[in-house]
Amino acid sequence: MDACVKQRDYTAKDYKSEVKPIWCPGCGDYSVLAAITRALASLQLAPENVAVVSGIGCSSRIPAYTSVYGFHGVHGRALPVATGLKIARPDLTVLVTGGDGDGFSIGGNHFLHACRRNVDLTYIVMDNQVYGMTKGQASPTTDPDWEGSKLTPDGAGIESFHPLVVALAAGANFIARCSSSDPNNVADIITQAIRHPGFSMVQVLSPCVTFRPEQLEWKHMVRTAAVDVTDDAARAARRLMTDDGFNVGKVLYKGDRPAYQPEAKGAAAVADLEADFAL
Amino acid sequence: MGGQTVSLVMAGSGGAGVVTAGSLLLEAAARAGWYAYMTRSSGPQIRGGEAAVMIRLGTEPLASHDDRFHLLVGVDWQNVGRFAAEIPLGPESLIIGDPGEGETPEVFTRSGAQQIALPMKALAKTVPDGRPNMVAFGAIAGMIGLTEDVVVGVLRDTLKRKGEAAIAASLAAFRAGVEAAADFPAVPRLPATQADTSERWSITGNEATGMGALRGGVRFVAAYPITPATEVLEWLAPALPKVGGVLVQAEDELASINQIIGGSYGGVPSLTATSGPGLALMTESLGLAVAAEVPIVVIDVMRVGPSTGIATKSEQADLNIAVYGLHGDAPHLVLAPTSVADCLFTTQWAVHLAESLQTAAIVLTDQAMGQARAVMPRSAAVSFIGQREKPAALAEGVQYKRYANTASGVSPMAIPGMAGYTYTADGLEHNETGTPSSQASDHQAQLDKRLRKLTGYNYGDHWADITGDEDADTAILTWGSSAGPAREALERLRAAGHAVKLVAVRLISPVQPEKFAEALKGVERVLVVEQSHSGQFHRYLRAQYDLPRQVKALHHPGPLAVRPGAIVEHITQWS
Repeated sequence: MDACVKQRDYTAKDYKSEVKPIWCPGCGDYSVLAAITRALASLQLAPENVAVVSGIGCSSRIPAYTSVYGFHGVHGRALPVATGLKIARPDLTVLVTGGDGDGFSIGGNHFLHACRRNVDLTYIVMDNQVYGMTKGQASPTTDPDWEGSKLTPDGAGIESFHPLVVALAAGANFIARCSSSDPNNVADIITQAIRHPGFSMVQVLSPCVTFRPEQLEWKHMVRTAAVDVTDDAARAARRLMTDDGFNVGKVLYKGDRPAYQPEAKGAAAVADLEADFAL
Repeated sequence: MGGQTVSLVMAGSGGAGVVTAGSLLLEAAARAGWYAYMTRSSGPQIRGGEAAVMIRLGTEPLASHDDRFHLLVGVDWQNVGRFAAEIPLGPESLIIGDPGEGETPEVFTRSGAQQIALPMKALAKTVPDGRPNMVAFGAIAGMIGLTEDVVVGVLRDTLKRKGEAAIAASLAAFRAGVEAAADFPAVPRLPATQADTSERWSITGNEATGMGALRGGVRFVAAYPITPATEVLEWLAPALPKVGGVLVQAEDELASINQIIGGSYGGVPSLTATSGPGLALMTESLGLAVAAEVPIVVIDVMRVGPSTGIATKSEQADLNIAVYGLHGDAPHLVLAPTSVADCLFTTQWAVHLAESLQTAAIVLTDQAMGQARAVMPRSAAVSFIGQREKPAALAEGVQYKRYANTASGVSPMAIPGMAGYTYTADGLEHNETGTPSSQASDHQAQLDKRLRKLTGYNYGDHWADITGDEDADTAILTWGSSAGPAREALERLRAAGHAVKLVAVRLISPVQPEKFAEALKGVERVLVVEQSHSGQFHRYLRAQYDLPRQVKALHHPGPLAVRPGAIVEHITQWS
């Protein structure tokens, strides 16, 4: 771009709104919000050309905390809203934010098909293995023996869900895991995810200090994944199937499928279609 | 209606080719200068089930089927008895059956209709590659006055790709049918016309709905298949790219409605089409469109419910869910076309209203209307003034208020890409800037605003089709596809000297109490006509409007259509 045309340099602050988050002190989502604004600044995207779309949950509150265009819809449906927006407006950069309950439980079907459809979206899931907004129930990523919920006092009793394995199997074009304890790394991963064409899935381990205080230990449990990015889905699957969920900080898989973007370039007049009905 | 008409049915089992023959007949009749109205009934089989095509032809545009059919042709009778209730016959009717295919089912013969034998299969065998459905076509054509020259043209155009031999075989079988029926008893014959057909269309209600969407400016459609709405989407799929739009097949109805909310939030007028089960899934997000003030249009091609119901047949029983299905106080638009042709206008109007008022519009058509094919006058292009209102330039340092509490209730809507107007659209209650708020005052203000923009808008004369005698003391109140038979009943009643008025409501919600009162001035009794078991429309009118003291309701569930004769009878026997 011609340097003369550029109005200004954006900083992370330019992407933050004045609205005060509803999150608990110490929530991992604060640093994910900061990472998103840093990623947008590193890409120097004009705020008006970016949209952040979400559903319902603590982390789904992010759109209003940014200064870009935002859409805060109903529970579980962020991905379809974002899909419609990106297909109708391919010129925009569209991010989707949400939690593990919103994305993998009520929105599970959309998650599968968003991976499959491979529209150029960046999906940032703040995974804290709990429903926080409703005050602590088991989510699809909660371990089966977690007894901290009044709804399932003896534990959920069912195996947890492995979002990145599912994302890979369903066709996501970019897969990464990071930890909110390292916001610079999260910003770097999100930046790469936005740059990569197609559907990018970023899982961020983001502790819920209120309903899962034991997750405060996560910052000591995570380790930088000792692997380099692969474009081999079979290899990526093997790694993901065998890791313990704490290998973070790296892009784990990058595919080369072209993004799905139906072209809208016909220039016929609507009246021309009347020929269909003429006798 | 008006003019002369003839009504006939061709029925048969899978493979009998009655749908093909019916379509050829319709095409030939159209070219002969007649108007037509054709509906189909099919068995539940995915492929090759029994089918019946019901066709009415006339010298004037047609809005409905008649009370009875003049002619029923059974190419065979396998399972065809299942359609008996949808094929009313009388002693003046004729039933043509193939003696080689067994007895005509008692459900048809008990009408007292005269039975005639036509060995369609045997006659077809006299022609190389002849088919019984073409013999049936020939017999009908001969009886109603359709000339061979028109049929030859239709066969040539339709069978072009199958080659000369196929055309010759069909024509020979057709001629065998004409000849065999030469001395059959008479059914009404339509006069030959020299009508100019260049300004006529052959179109289904579902196609008209699609065309209305495009005329309205829709350029993004998300689609999930469902009977009987799929044809709206399948017509739009190749049409949209031609005019610079896009259609996406979604993974379910929850996705399709949220995709169109996303597309519309991006500034592109957006629509989806579904039927009752899909509408039920969409209701939560309809509320989102209302609260976040994102214009969308949802077409509901109603079928028999509840649950899966009878997926292939018609009923007007989604009125309650369309009007009342949303949780919270969620004012939105509900519209209903009053004919096949009106599917075009009403859909276009719905897009215009949704865009102008930034809300959700539900358009209720139904299977009977959507899958009916009409040969009708070309639908004139209408242009509506005013679309989605965008914000004017902001003064320096002034924050854009997406949900500004304006006098009209409509708040100028920015679209992504506009610098200086970024905001977050929200299903959470919010203040004027869009920031989530749980304060009573913000809730009250936004509720008032979202209601005011709908109730304060001038919908003009489009809210209802009002016809008949202005000073009548009797009125028929109806909606949707029941308006067709009601129009025909009105004509018959007036021809017999009764003063009657017909009000077919197009804008179901928001209600128009002043216009309604004006329309019913001087009316002392009303007959409410609809196709629902519980009388949903009647109850809705009772709840929303002041009705005269004398009210009768004519309602029954689908799939049986309301017949004009039943309406006439209710009025004439009202003492």
